[in-house]
Amino acid sequence: MSAYLVRRLFESALILIGITLVTFVLLYLVPADPARQIAGRSATVETVQNIRDQLGLNDPFFLQYWRYLTALFQGDMGRSYLQRAEVSELIATRLPASLLLMVAAIVTELAFGLTIGIVAALRRNKPVDHGLMIFSFVSISAPQFVIGILLLYVFAVKLGWFPIGGYGTFAHVVLPAVTLGFLGAGWYSRMMRSSVIDVLGQDFVRTAQAKGLGKARIILRHVLPNAILPIIAMIGIDIGLFMSGIVVVESVFGWPGIGQLAWQAIQRVDIPVIMGVTMVSATAIVLGNLLADLVAPLVDPRIKMK
Amino acid sequence: MTSATDTTPAPKTSRKGVRILQDLLTRPRAAFGLFIIVLMVGAAVFAPWIMPHDPFEQSFDGLSLVGAPLPPGGDFLLGTDLLGRDLASRLILGTRTSLIIGVLANGIAILLGAGVGITAGYFGGWVGAILMRFTDLMMAFPALLLAIVLAAIFQPSLLIVALVIAMVNWVQMARVIYTETRSLAERDFITVQRALGAGHLRILLKHLLPHLLSSIVVFGTLGISTTVLLEATLSFLGVGVQPPMPSWGNIIFENQTYFSTAPWLVFIPGSAILLLALAFNLVGDALRDILDPTLKGRH
Repeated sequence: MSAYLVRRLFESALILIGITLVTFVLLYLVPADPARQIAGRSATVETVQNIRDQLGLNDPFFLQYWRYLTALFQGDMGRSYLQRAEVSELIATRLPASLLLMVAAIVTELAFGLTIGIVAALRRNKPVDHGLMIFSFVSISAPQFVIGILLLYVFAVKLGWFPIGGYGTFAHVVLPAVTLGFLGAGWYSRMMRSSVIDVLGQDFVRTAQAKGLGKARIILRHVLPNAILPIIAMIGIDIGLFMSGIVVVESVFGWPGIGQLAWQAIQRVDIPVIMGVTMVSATAIVLGNLLADLVAPLVDPRIKMK
Repeated sequence: MTSATDTTPAPKTSRKGVRILQDLLTRPRAAFGLFIIVLMVGAAVFAPWIMPHDPFEQSFDGLSLVGAPLPPGGDFLLGTDLLGRDLASRLILGTRTSLIIGVLANGIAILLGAGVGITAGYFGGWVGAILMRFTDLMMAFPALLLAIVLAAIFQPSLLIVALVIAMVNWVQMARVIYTETRSLAERDFITVQRALGAGHLRILLKHLLPHLLSSIVVFGTLGISTTVLLEATLSFLGVGVQPPMPSWGNIIFENQTYFSTAPWLVFIPGSAILLLALAFNLVGDALRDILDPTLKGRH
């Protein structure tokens, strides 16, 4: 177990360093000149050159990369080119909003996904099951921005139940969370359905039936706990979906998180901010996958750590 | 895939293809998916003949007296957009954009993913290790963020958007093909070929590839759905297909600020995206059922 843990941690660290390199190469290639963005339209060539020198943009590639990497290890992600703030500060002020949104999305996707999966499995091959599975196909095929705008249109504009956008109260969270969790609800309902069907076919369920236990008791006490655990163990993997989703969802709802930060930074070629958000998201994804890998064997001893 | 198919040569693909198609048509969900795909491909191919208006013409009749877009009905079947252009025509031309990018991006992703997966799985060793570590690395990237950065680096054209999406989407295929090649490469029939002195390329193409074909078909089909959604999202964010060339995503991008007064400009193209992605998901899922016997009867 500990050797496995050490190896997985080492691999994760390597992946993160690889990500810094790839991100750095990509942004090194961006043709838009950040110095020109800062200097403004009317700046002279000398001014732009001075800014390039100050930012170290004229240095060789590897020197720039090395400087970035050593600073990163000290928790320094550089300063935003366009906002007068440290990148780490910008991210730190935005992160709570995104985390809140993701937690709310996890609650939403599990609530919908598990319920739908359980009902579908218990009514297997009945019309209810077919209907629910079609719903799950729709939810994994629906573009998030369309779902977001649809929810806004129906529940904010027409019915007026929720605010159009923004941040602050519980009512603000609902629509963005449902939008972000919609896709996951589809995946979870399908996984939960097959998980319940698997457990229903196992011997201990037949034993419980033979003992004469009531149907409700068998399902609640024996089937569901066994079926739900392996599904819950996979939550870590969702981080990847969420990190892409928040860019869209936060821009549709004006949610002040890191997705919106990244989107604004990309439009204004604010390279340190783009790198910062990419690093934070990638770290979250790597940790999420690590978590899923470590939890899976605890939940299901048949999966060996190797 | 399973040991039963190991020694038998892959059956004639054309006959097998017909059988699979017949099987698909007996499943209501897959048949619906196929119907939508045929419909959309038809719309894309015959676009110039079935578009009721010029999709680029900013028609004077296309706006109301106060300059607002027209709702569906009347001369403009699905209404008009903010510039008074016919939505139905733009939607039909947009089908082309979506399908071209879907097929192109996914084709490149399949070649790249299957190529990396087969190479890494067959040769193993340090080549395999490097390729698969790189695949892991790409998997840890937030996909949309990577695509946006790539799209921002290169000036987006149809080909660039397709390439960007392929760069993000090949990873899944690589993982699947790698795992399968790994288990196939150790089987006897490959060892025998190697002992007989068959070259690597011959073994890869003649003996490994046929066994990997079902997975490539299944994940290739499901991948088109991911591709269509990613293209729509990039275009919605303004870094995908650039106006005035219509794509379903950029129609929504151009008109989204008016969604409360002109909701059809968001929801009609939105439904088109959903339908196409759904169609490929339904067909892909059915193909997995048909082609992967280990899953049969479970769902």
